[in-house]
Amino acid sequence: MTPTIVATVLIGGILTGCVYALMALGLSVIFGVIRVVNFAHGEMMAVAMYAAVFLFAAFGLDPLHALPLVAAGLFAFGYALQRRLVEPFVRRPEHEQFILLLAVGVILTNGALILFGPEARGIMTDYAFDSYAVGDIIIDKTKTIAAIAAIIAAAGLLGFFRFARTGKAIRACADNLIGAEVIGLDVKRLYTLTFAVGTACVGVAGTLLAMIIEVTPALGPELTLLAFVIVIVGGLGSMPGAIFGGVLIGVSEALAGLLIVPSMKSMLSFALLIVILVLRPEGLLGRRPS
Amino acid sequence: MIRNLATELSTRDAVAATTLVLLLVAAPFVVGDYLLSVILIILYFAYVGQAWNLMMGIAGQLSLGHALYVGLGAYTAAALFVHFDVPPAIGLFAAMAVAALAGAVIGFLAFRFGISGVYFALLTIAFAEFTRILFSHFDWVGATSGFFLPVENRTSSDLVNLRGTSVMFYYVILTLAAGALVFVRLLAGTRLGYYWRAIREDQIAAQALGINVFRYKMLAVVISAAMTAVGGVFLAFYYNNLFPTDVFGIHRSIEIIVAPIIGGLGTYFGPVVGAFLIGILGEGLTNATEAAGIQTAGIKQLVYGVILLLIIKLVPGGLWPLIARRLGFSIKERRK
Amino acid sequence: MTKSSDNRTISSAISRRRFNAALAASGALLAAPATLRRARAAAPLKIGCLAPLTGFFAREGQNCKRGFDVAGPMLADMGMAVEIMMADTESNPDKARTAAEKLIGEGAQLLIGTFVSGETAAVAQVAEQRGIPHVINIAAAPQITEQGYKFVFRNFATGPMLVINGLGLIKSLFAATGTTPKTAVFMHVNDTFGTAMSKGIGALFPKMDMPFEIVETIAYDPKAKDLSVEVTKAKATGADILMPVSHGADAIMLIREMVKQRWEPMGVMTPGSPGTYEAQFYKALGKYSEYVIANVPWIDPKTAMSQEFAKRFGDMFSGEMLELNAGFSFEAVLIAADAHKRAGSADPNALADALRATNIEEHVMIGGPLAFNDKGQNVNIASAALQNLERRPTVVLPAESAEAAPVFPMPGWGDAKRG
Repeated sequence: MTPTIVATVLIGGILTGCVYALMALGLSVIFGVIRVVNFAHGEMMAVAMYAAVFLFAAFGLDPLHALPLVAAGLFAFGYALQRRLVEPFVRRPEHEQFILLLAVGVILTNGALILFGPEARGIMTDYAFDSYAVGDIIIDKTKTIAAIAAIIAAAGLLGFFRFARTGKAIRACADNLIGAEVIGLDVKRLYTLTFAVGTACVGVAGTLLAMIIEVTPALGPELTLLAFVIVIVGGLGSMPGAIFGGVLIGVSEALAGLLIVPSMKSMLSFALLIVILVLRPEGLLGRRPS
Repeated sequence: MIRNLATELSTRDAVAATTLVLLLVAAPFVVGDYLLSVILIILYFAYVGQAWNLMMGIAGQLSLGHALYVGLGAYTAAALFVHFDVPPAIGLFAAMAVAALAGAVIGFLAFRFGISGVYFALLTIAFAEFTRILFSHFDWVGATSGFFLPVENRTSSDLVNLRGTSVMFYYVILTLAAGALVFVRLLAGTRLGYYWRAIREDQIAAQALGINVFRYKMLAVVISAAMTAVGGVFLAFYYNNLFPTDVFGIHRSIEIIVAPIIGGLGTYFGPVVGAFLIGILGEGLTNATEAAGIQTAGIKQLVYGVILLLIIKLVPGGLWPLIARRLGFSIKERRK
Repeated sequence: MTKSSDNRTISSAISRRRFNAALAASGALLAAPATLRRARAAAPLKIGCLAPLTGFFAREGQNCKRGFDVAGPMLADMGMAVEIMMADTESNPDKARTAAEKLIGEGAQLLIGTFVSGETAAVAQVAEQRGIPHVINIAAAPQITEQGYKFVFRNFATGPMLVINGLGLIKSLFAATGTTPKTAVFMHVNDTFGTAMSKGIGALFPKMDMPFEIVETIAYDPKAKDLSVEVTKAKATGADILMPVSHGADAIMLIREMVKQRWEPMGVMTPGSPGTYEAQFYKALGKYSEYVIANVPWIDPKTAMSQEFAKRFGDMFSGEMLELNAGFSFEAVLIAADAHKRAGSADPNALADALRATNIEEHVMIGGPLAFNDKGQNVNIASAALQNLERRPTVVLPAESAEAAPVFPMPGWGDAKRG
């Protein structure tokens, strides 16, 4: 094993990790504020991927240009979903939220099967097979683009929560719900917005992911599980944590693939998840829940 | 205790329960093989749902990884049978022990380190997935190429070796499902059951009352795991082949919990009612789409999703409490 | 009305019309052997066909269904009336078992299915218990025909058979092109099929006197979303050829990653696995799909029956690609119908006896006559070397079935020949 190989694998792991991070961010935003665990997260991501695939196939729209469209579409979808379905469940027990979102997931998965068929669908841009060579180190072009876009999107999201009035109001709800209600914030509306923003984030991540892998109807549940691992490792509800968790899982899977049997690499992720849940259930960058 | 159980039941309950049991006992003589195989699967889910209900419905610990115990039970009994000729009637105890041990490890880690709610649920998923990948590399039990039990086309029934006709398997699972219901109900009536409910409703208050919360939560996990493992043993000998993804996969864990939640979490009949509802819904939709001449693959599951969504939205506490109230049955145990 | 009968009326109506047109136009059928022109049998055989039309294996299951759909009307026109009763196993063994019981309850006299080994094993047990013959269209786990079943017949290659045939073809490919690589890396998906193949390679490779050695074996997760590390590892071995065993979309990821990492071995050839000859592979990879070789059982391009089958398939499912799942599903129905005709009744024991005596010389897939050994396994199934040429799986070996000459070593990723 030469240093070149290690470097190639590490860089690949970091880039994949950035996309993972963005994928987990939406889950984390929703849980951090509304305290609802979105078990249909991966299925929503698959919806975003199908949207990107459709826009490319029908109008030749490059995924990077389709990004705002898909994000807006998923924002609207998330808004409606929270308004119509999830809202009454916010104060219901977790297992009922689970069944609700499970049902949503089943509907989305089979809807995709009916509309798009069971074949794997992807986007073949003219740069889909390109890579940069720095010396002997090879860097994947689409992953680099996706990672940069992911970082920009994540920064935008962080900025929204830090500086925007609505963003700050949402954070107030997350920090102290009763306090937020006392000072007259419209919690219901803010929750709806949060869910929509979280879903839009899933839209961005899905579009970027569609540049890298093919989408099938069965992909959704697998992505949900992956997103959970990342979010818990980083800290459920913590945005920087989700990003850190994504990169950490990306890198550790890459290294595990290199050093041990590749087919066992996600076992390592689950082991990591168990260790973190036990030693630091708030996640590496999360705050201990009060 | 038995008297306790009897007095808790109203006459109406007793009549209804007896009728149901009689119907199910008579089923193999009345219904065809197809319906029998459907009821058999329903009873399996009623059984494992009851085991899950004990842990979640009564003791309030949300596990989303119960496939782990099914799988450990299935593989333990099957491996003992194939490699050492140990009949499942004995292997059963080893299976329960292995699953109970796994439950104890998870419970210890979770409760010692204060993991609860969603975090506990995710811990259980992590363990189940970890084990799935582990078994995918475990050559002694066939890894991903599957673990096959010898199949003998017996016409006579051999309970010790769990070899026989579908009717034998049917009565085994019927006994298990009915036994689990009685067992959970009896257990819930003991001091232990009251402690569990106290912990479920308010853990801090329970602790303040001097209940050893850690100990009783551990007991809930261990008992539930061992019970679930029995379901796994049944599955292994009914199907005669095991694949890690089919057994440990997260979709399996999800299947286990849907019935008790839909039926009525924390009620004794909830898991049974839920299992029947889900089973009938699944088969009914298959037949309905066929009858309607719909050929599009996926429509059935789509409708299933919509119905599931409507049930959880409109009947949040589960169907059994609603039915029971309408028909005048007593519901002793209900959540909130 | 049930789905099955509905199915039959619609599809046979369509195809009879088309078939008559075809008859007039080409006269292909006149050249067909006598079996094609026999008279119509009295009562159709009711065949319960099981396939995973939804869930994880939906793509493969729907491929199988197309084979069944073509089989019904085509066999009817060959004088062997069958009634296809279709059931979805939902990629779930529980469901496969109840679906098998349901089909039998509705009068199925024979079962075919299912593609997934776990489901197939569940269906086989129902068939065995109920004494209803079960013809397996696809399922490679060797154990299924080693369990002592009397009513189970498999017309598909087991893992070890695929390996023997695949390695044999790889050897003759080198002989035919006069180029022999020295080293190979073997990469397989760690699922039921991939492990069966891996075990087959482990046991058989040393015995087959292959001209090259396997320098590394890499197993990867069936749920992998990224194969960059795996490809980096494989590339680092510097092997001359890559032998992958993939499942579906992972084959796309694999080739794309090879292009990105600029690894250009002399060839990519599966010892016998799906993934590289499906429509999605060509769509997703375009010119990079070219020259990849799969050594798998395949539809013989040169028999009259397979040409008729391919034609009807194209008429019924324009835009869909004909591949081996549809081919084997068709053959399973053919085997059932042939047994029914020889048995002269649909009595399960008579059918099973007739199935044991099956000997169909002309059929659709490449290989010897359709026949079963005493375990119910067809051991005459051969494989073909299938090379992607002009975005289409093209038979290049064995020579008697070849449509084109093999290209090896393959041109580099940037080569103009790829078009």
